[in-house]
Amino acid sequence: MIAKGMVHLCVWGLLAVFAAFSASAQGFAGMASDAEGFSLPRPNPEFSFPEDHGPHPDFRIEWWYVTANLTAEDGRSYGIQWTLFRSATRPEAPADTAKGWASPQIWFGHAGLTNADQHFTAQTFARGGIGQAGATAAPFAAWINDWAMTGRAGPGQDALDRLDLSAHGADFSYALKLEAQGPILRQGLDGYSVKSPRGQASYYYSQPHYDVQGTVHLPGGPVVVTGQAWLDREWSSQPLAPSQTGWDWFSLHLADGAKLMVYRLRDADGPDFIPASFVGPDGAARYLPDGDVELTPIKTTRVAGRDVPTHWRVIWADGGLDIETEPVNTQAWMDLNVPYWEGPVRVTGTHQGQGYLEMTGYE
Amino acid sequence: MWRATAGVLASHWRRHPGQTATLLLGLALATALWTGVQAINAEARASYDRAADVVTQNGRPVIRDPSGADIPLEIYVALRRAGWPVAPVVEGRADIAGRDVTLIGIDPLSAPVLPAAEPTEGSATPETDTEGLIAFIGPPGRLMAAPETAARLRGALSQDVLNTPDIAPGTAIGDIGIVSQLLGLQNVITRMIVVADPPAHAPPLAQLAPGLEQLAPEAGADMAGLTGSFHLNLTAFGLLSFTVGLFIVHGAIGLAFEQRRGMFRTIRALGVPARTLGVLVAIELAIIATLAGAVGVGLGYVIAAALLPDVAATLRGLYGAPASGALALRPSWVAAGFAMAWLGTGIAAAQALWRMARLPLLESAQPRAWALASSASQTRQALAGLGILCVGAFAGWLADGLVAGFTALGGLLLGAALGLPWVLARGLAFAERRARAPLTEWFWADTRQQLPGLSLALMALMLALAANIGVSTMVGSFRGTFTGWLDQRLAAEIYLDAGTEDRADEIRTWLDPQVDAILPQVWTEAELGGEPATLRGLPNHATYRDNWPLLTPASGVWNALERGEGILINEQFARRTGTSTGDVVRLDDWTAPVLAVYSDYGNPGAEAAVGLRLFSQLHPNVPQVRFAVRLPVADAPKMVEALQNEFALGADQMRDQAALKALSLEIFERTFAVTGALNVLTLGVAAVAMLTSLLTLATQRLPQVAPIWAMGLGRTQIARLELLRSALLALGTAVCAIPVGLALAWVLLAVVNVAAFGWRLPMQVFPSDWVGLTALALLAALAAAALPARRLGRRPPADLLKVFANDR
Repeated sequence: MIAKGMVHLCVWGLLAVFAAFSASAQGFAGMASDAEGFSLPRPNPEFSFPEDHGPHPDFRIEWWYVTANLTAEDGRSYGIQWTLFRSATRPEAPADTAKGWASPQIWFGHAGLTNADQHFTAQTFARGGIGQAGATAAPFAAWINDWAMTGRAGPGQDALDRLDLSAHGADFSYALKLEAQGPILRQGLDGYSVKSPRGQASYYYSQPHYDVQGTVHLPGGPVVVTGQAWLDREWSSQPLAPSQTGWDWFSLHLADGAKLMVYRLRDADGPDFIPASFVGPDGAARYLPDGDVELTPIKTTRVAGRDVPTHWRVIWADGGLDIETEPVNTQAWMDLNVPYWEGPVRVTGTHQGQGYLEMTGYE
Repeated sequence: MWRATAGVLASHWRRHPGQTATLLLGLALATALWTGVQAINAEARASYDRAADVVTQNGRPVIRDPSGADIPLEIYVALRRAGWPVAPVVEGRADIAGRDVTLIGIDPLSAPVLPAAEPTEGSATPETDTEGLIAFIGPPGRLMAAPETAARLRGALSQDVLNTPDIAPGTAIGDIGIVSQLLGLQNVITRMIVVADPPAHAPPLAQLAPGLEQLAPEAGADMAGLTGSFHLNLTAFGLLSFTVGLFIVHGAIGLAFEQRRGMFRTIRALGVPARTLGVLVAIELAIIATLAGAVGVGLGYVIAAALLPDVAATLRGLYGAPASGALALRPSWVAAGFAMAWLGTGIAAAQALWRMARLPLLESAQPRAWALASSASQTRQALAGLGILCVGAFAGWLADGLVAGFTALGGLLLGAALGLPWVLARGLAFAERRARAPLTEWFWADTRQQLPGLSLALMALMLALAANIGVSTMVGSFRGTFTGWLDQRLAAEIYLDAGTEDRADEIRTWLDPQVDAILPQVWTEAELGGEPATLRGLPNHATYRDNWPLLTPASGVWNALERGEGILINEQFARRTGTSTGDVVRLDDWTAPVLAVYSDYGNPGAEAAVGLRLFSQLHPNVPQVRFAVRLPVADAPKMVEALQNEFALGADQMRDQAALKALSLEIFERTFAVTGALNVLTLGVAAVAMLTSLLTLATQRLPQVAPIWAMGLGRTQIARLELLRSALLALGTAVCAIPVGLALAWVLLAVVNVAAFGWRLPMQVFPSDWVGLTALALLAALAAAALPARRLGRRPPADLLKVFANDR
């Protein structure tokens, strides 16, 4: 978002995180840290909130990730994405982090705004240690330059229950208020999310229950919107196996109040890995291990010079779910340093609904 | 038949290795001169274009503290969090390994431009951007510096130092964290670069950081203006060397045809069609041009490599433009070199081929017939030269701007060169008529008869001499005027910048009893005649009254200025708008009478000056923080030291006038060194052209010399006459070159300079230079004639007798 001229240099920052994904992972055998001294996720985590809403500098990478499906008064659909990434060049003890330029933390943000005809993107970068970007647990805040996600939860609420969210691009911006209508969802097994049969994993929890209201600003002027949002928190040090080439990730708000998260990790050397989690209309959460849910691309679209599977069929036979997703805008290409597809989708089939789809590894 | 003919053509070069060598040498030298100048120009330009990008971040505005104080890091963070797209910079000097080094720290995540380092030797695979970023940030981090600086720093620091030619010597760039640590800075930065225009939602700077100021990217513009004048010198030289080179190539090719006239006639008489011969000769010439072009480009590279360190040092010096002394092979000037060889050969060959096609088969091919045929064309050529001269003058007179200036320049050179043979022939004819003794008469007639064969070489010599006189007159005038102007503008002994008003008051109080005068230096932005300009306030003091460089000094100007009755304007503005003394011009809301015009070299913009009292009334908010201090010259160094001790003023805040002047003089000496070296080279090339011409003529001239010898003139005496002839022709050429050179200088100073920079330098002439140059030309001519004359002097009488036996 700063300037086009920055892009070539800032590739560095973004690549640092994605490089972590492809960093050669050592087999997981209960080791507490990798070769470079970063901590590794272990099964049966005990999250402690609000502390775990804040950063974990002993892990290599971490993100605060919000997507929202929004509707204007005229019925038009909009989607926004807000992401803050943290990437460490070396591990730090959480109690003893370096101040000033010596901090090994590099932060960057991605933002997107999508409707049926338009798709805006922005990115921004900052060094850690000087206050230009960062996150705090209580009071909750995550920020980078003039983008911010700020908690305003009252007494007795989780720190993430009430959020103000804003970002600015060269030609768009948004300011939204998020209010959680349900509890935090621990992904995987109690927040321990296995990413491959070979053991790579991350810590992962979500807040899928936000109601949203606010304003999105486009070149044509401000638009008042309402809708639903989903927040993901994830941190790790080596989440993907080297042969895993990318992922197709869904977060869906179904019309009956249920929430479905499912992703497919594509593997060059073996079968795809597809874990999922489901929160029923009654609020009961279930982990759906690899094999329970089927994900099938049904249509590809030419996007930015490449073929991307934009339309999908999702089947969870045991849950009686057979749906298709269709993007609000097939051209939701995030043409940032490492390009990927991310945009709002509509759900039809046994269930109606809406949600977000993110697909990486198609560059 | 093709094969046989080609074999015959090639055999000539095999049998005459000397001719082959001179042809190749002539072509190669012309190419080399042209390529060398192009290479220097391209390299220096590219080098500081890149460097300017790094230093000024593509000419972006800068935010700083007006007093030069450090900026708290929180202010940077506050600006970023408010949406301001700024990049932090720390800068300072450190003593590393016993040397003073300027360290610049940047944040690679916010600075858009980093210099490109040379690839590290021995690394098998280039590192990825991610690896590069992590290695740059460290720890231990990595620094980038010019190769010579890098070599010095390496080992003295724990950081790796990358060779980065774009960075000014004595400077190293590194991550802001590493550099802050090396400089002992904590939680402060030196300045911020405004990377892009701030977005609409960002609050104004005055609200976020009230103490800071945003400066327009002035430094870049200044650098462009100043270095532009230096490059114009080189470009002019490039153009001159191109013209000289063209003549030399033309001469060399023309001679290659001349030498083989007999052979061409024989081949044609044997039944080879003119077409076949033409094609074969064209192929032969293409091969020769390519060979010589390759040698020339190589030589040009050597010339450029030898001169470039001086050029780079010149640009680095006063201009502060970090040009690198290293030379890279650039396609642009390699192509320019080959184009020169091919174009020159092509132009020359077109004429020669035309003549060859019309060669009368049965007519004798004796040089005398040749000369007669050329006599009419000499007049035609002179008329064409006159025409070109007129077109050039007309273009210069009618149109404005650089194109017109260069058209006039080209017309002048080409026209003068074409007219030279005619002028020399008339001179020789005049001398011939005045001659009493038969030998003298023969001498003049014979000289005139040789003129066509020598004319191209003489034209090249004249162009080389004229270029020499023109360029050294321009550079000399520039130096004389500029240093004189520096004396006037920097009349005070010390210039200092206090930074803030409080400090300025302190310094003033402290200085007042110790010095003769403290003169405030104030300026601000204003609108002058509708365009943005700088407005200065001049104190009422003898320093200005006696020294300010008025172009039109008149009595009463300074009193009127002090009373606020009018303004002074700079020459650039005056010329651009056609304003002169006595006119009125709009200064903001005031219609001001122009009291005088002053010269203001090196400043690309418009400027006006008013009396200090009026300035303070017009702009009461402009603080007086910069001063010129007058005191006895001898006391200046001590005072500078005392000021440094008392107020800790940095080197950039205080200037000792004597040191500044010495520096600028040094720069001009270096510029001279470059021009001088190019002058000698040009003359050398012209001398080689003369040598090749004379060598060729020497063999052909046997039929003319033999009768004289038969009449009783000794061979040694004939050889002496040959030397005398060369010297006389060179002298005549030099005499013709002086007015052409002066006209050239005038066009450069009065047309090209005004068009390019808006100021006109008064022309100063240096007659002693002309004497030296003429002597040099004589020397070159004698050197060129020595070998052919010696050969003639030692020619066996049998050769001379043979002329009568087998007259062709």
